[in-house]
Amino acid sequence: MNELIFFINKVIISGAVLGSIYALGAIGITLIFGILRFAHFAHGDMMTMGAFITFLLASAATALGLGAPLPMGFMLLPFAMIITALIALGLDKAFYAPLRLRGARPVTLLIASIGVTLMIQGLIRLFFGTKTRTFFANEPKDIFRIDMSFLGASRPIVITEPQFLMIIVTIIAVVSLHLFLTKSKFGKAMRAMADNADLAQLSGINTKLVIKVTWLIAGSLAAMAGTMLALDVTLKPDLAFNIILPIFAAAIVGGLGHAWGAIAGGFLVAFAETLAIFNWAILLRPFRDKLPDWIGTDLSIVATEYKLTVAFIILVIVLLVKPTGIFKGASS
Amino acid sequence: MIKRAIILYLSLFVLIIIVGLFMGAPFTVRLCVEAAAYSLIALGLNIQWGYGGLFNFGIMGFIMIGGFAVTFISVPLNMEFWNSDGPFMLLKVIIAALIGAALIIIANKLPRFGVKGAPHKVAQIIAWISAYILYRSQIDPAAAYIEENSEFVGGLGLPVILGWAFGGLLAAIIAFIIGKIALGLRTDYLAIATIGISEIIRALIKNMDWLTRGTLTISPVPWPVPKPQDFQAMGVDSLQSFLYARSLYLIVALLLLFITLFLIQRAYQGPWGRMMRAIRDNHIAAGSMGKDVKARQLEIFIFGSVLIGIGGAILTSFAQIFDPGGYQPINHTFVIWVMVIVGGAGNNFGALFGGFFIYIIWILSEPVSQALLTNLSAYFELWGLGAIPDIESRSVQMRVFVLGLVITFALRYAPKGLIPEIIHKQKGDSSGKG
Repeated sequence: MNELIFFINKVIISGAVLGSIYALGAIGITLIFGILRFAHFAHGDMMTMGAFITFLLASAATALGLGAPLPMGFMLLPFAMIITALIALGLDKAFYAPLRLRGARPVTLLIASIGVTLMIQGLIRLFFGTKTRTFFANEPKDIFRIDMSFLGASRPIVITEPQFLMIIVTIIAVVSLHLFLTKSKFGKAMRAMADNADLAQLSGINTKLVIKVTWLIAGSLAAMAGTMLALDVTLKPDLAFNIILPIFAAAIVGGLGHAWGAIAGGFLVAFAETLAIFNWAILLRPFRDKLPDWIGTDLSIVATEYKLTVAFIILVIVLLVKPTGIFKGASS
Repeated sequence: MIKRAIILYLSLFVLIIIVGLFMGAPFTVRLCVEAAAYSLIALGLNIQWGYGGLFNFGIMGFIMIGGFAVTFISVPLNMEFWNSDGPFMLLKVIIAALIGAALIIIANKLPRFGVKGAPHKVAQIIAWISAYILYRSQIDPAAAYIEENSEFVGGLGLPVILGWAFGGLLAAIIAFIIGKIALGLRTDYLAIATIGISEIIRALIKNMDWLTRGTLTISPVPWPVPKPQDFQAMGVDSLQSFLYARSLYLIVALLLLFITLFLIQRAYQGPWGRMMRAIRDNHIAAGSMGKDVKARQLEIFIFGSVLIGIGGAILTSFAQIFDPGGYQPINHTFVIWVMVIVGGAGNNFGALFGGFFIYIIWILSEPVSQALLTNLSAYFELWGLGAIPDIESRSVQMRVFVLGLVITFALRYAPKGLIPEIIHKQKGDSSGKG
């Protein structure tokens, strides 16, 4: 039984946590791609920026002596989301909108987004230095241990408070986004524009406003994902730069431009990663005596160092077998 | 346009002289050697992006391959490894890999023998899985054995120039494989796929300790010309010896750079270059004129990667250390893109100019911003705000910001680059050769 608990801790819970982060990031990327038709590389750094904004707010609140029942980062997340969304809007106005007006190709916008990545990253490092920070310097990180002894296991299922909240918040965000996209007039306009921008404009949809709303949603989701990542691990300037690639993989696997696809892709990539680095020999441990010797004690599919490569192998396979992603992606 | 290019090159020359006056000659020569290597890499990207319109974001991977290749060729033999069971175990790994490859090929060819549809797919998956298990069953013990008994496989102790050539060759082989997989993809997919592949290459080189010593790094990597220590042994004083040795290295690097420039400029002006531009500008039209678009794109991807691999090899042997942990997408992929975009995609002289100019900006933004921050910090103290902490580590980061600023400005105000591609307009009769 302990082996199964270990499996749940190592694969199900970490996969769900990682999947939530990937999904939130991938939704932003997929929305921007659907509306603006370019791969927004600066998304990872928008996530990092959001995390740092939350950190600043949390530090300020702690310095003022405010206490909170939940981790400070979660309490202040809405404010950080608003600030990041506004910054995202500003970035679009300063760097992407002029290029769009000139009628630049999507590739040019992609390169511009790399310039934005470099600038955000440079600024973050300039102001905060390169050291690693944590949200839990002044408050404890609560850990829930769910006792499983009634099933004959001596080990509990372990989940930290931020991880638990993260999964809840992701579910709320995804459901409200779904309602927004399918029920509200605006969400329908967004989907229409993702389908065919010219036709949408002809039918009287205010495309400029749609673009603005897209940036607001993408920015706030990025802040959410970044903060969660920082709460789960630590806060550092290259926090999300390293996971932008799996996030892109998730968005492509789900079909670029497809919001539900991004969520599915996020969880698929995350679970593939945790399953691939899990040592399957542990599950075989109870039957150890009956097994032949040539089955080793390390049966993980890839070594932990290669965790990131799993996302790409999935990406390459999907691109080769079904280039539009598992759900049909935007055509452009 | 030619006048503009001459003025830009002259000002670049003046800039290098000014840097030399401020930072000293040995520093400037070092800067020039590295800038020459980066320019060679930028020329490689210019072939891929400027000539062929291929979006390669995996430059870092090819630079690493070049660096590994020259290290493997030129580092002395590791006799501990050759006297152990290591070579025999590696032979078994190679045999296992070949059997695995054969399995996959057989599975791929099954439709010829009448196995089609779902059974074919299942056979392919089984072949891949069994090839992987077969390979892992041999490589894991071999790697553990080599790491335990002889640290790593060592090098071959051959001349450095051969290592540079091998860097190009290895890059070509990898580029062939990647091109076969990824070149059919649309631009943004190709960008992400190549980034992903370069991350896989990095993960492999970083973690294959038995081959590359991983984060333990390999040094010293030999030079193709006498090192400063050799000059010191001849009785030259320390500062001069660095100047002499680096100057010799610079001559070799520049020679290579100019030969490459001459050759690819010829290729650009010839029918081959016209065909490539035709494919870049409208691959459907080029295809209907009978050009094999896919094969040509693969060709250009390989050519560009060869130059990138050689450039990476030159960088590694100049640094005298192969450190897989030192490779970053910002320093080795994005900076090259900035060079080509700012210099002028599609124009070799533009890419060359961009290579030198951006590299100088990249390196100099650190001391300049350090000076600025130190001054600012003095004012802050004067105003009673307290000094700025960690000026040194902060000014290192400044260059990332400067790079981002440069590229966004370039895209907005000079989207075709400082020395743009020259587009020849043909009058009336356009039935030229090629």
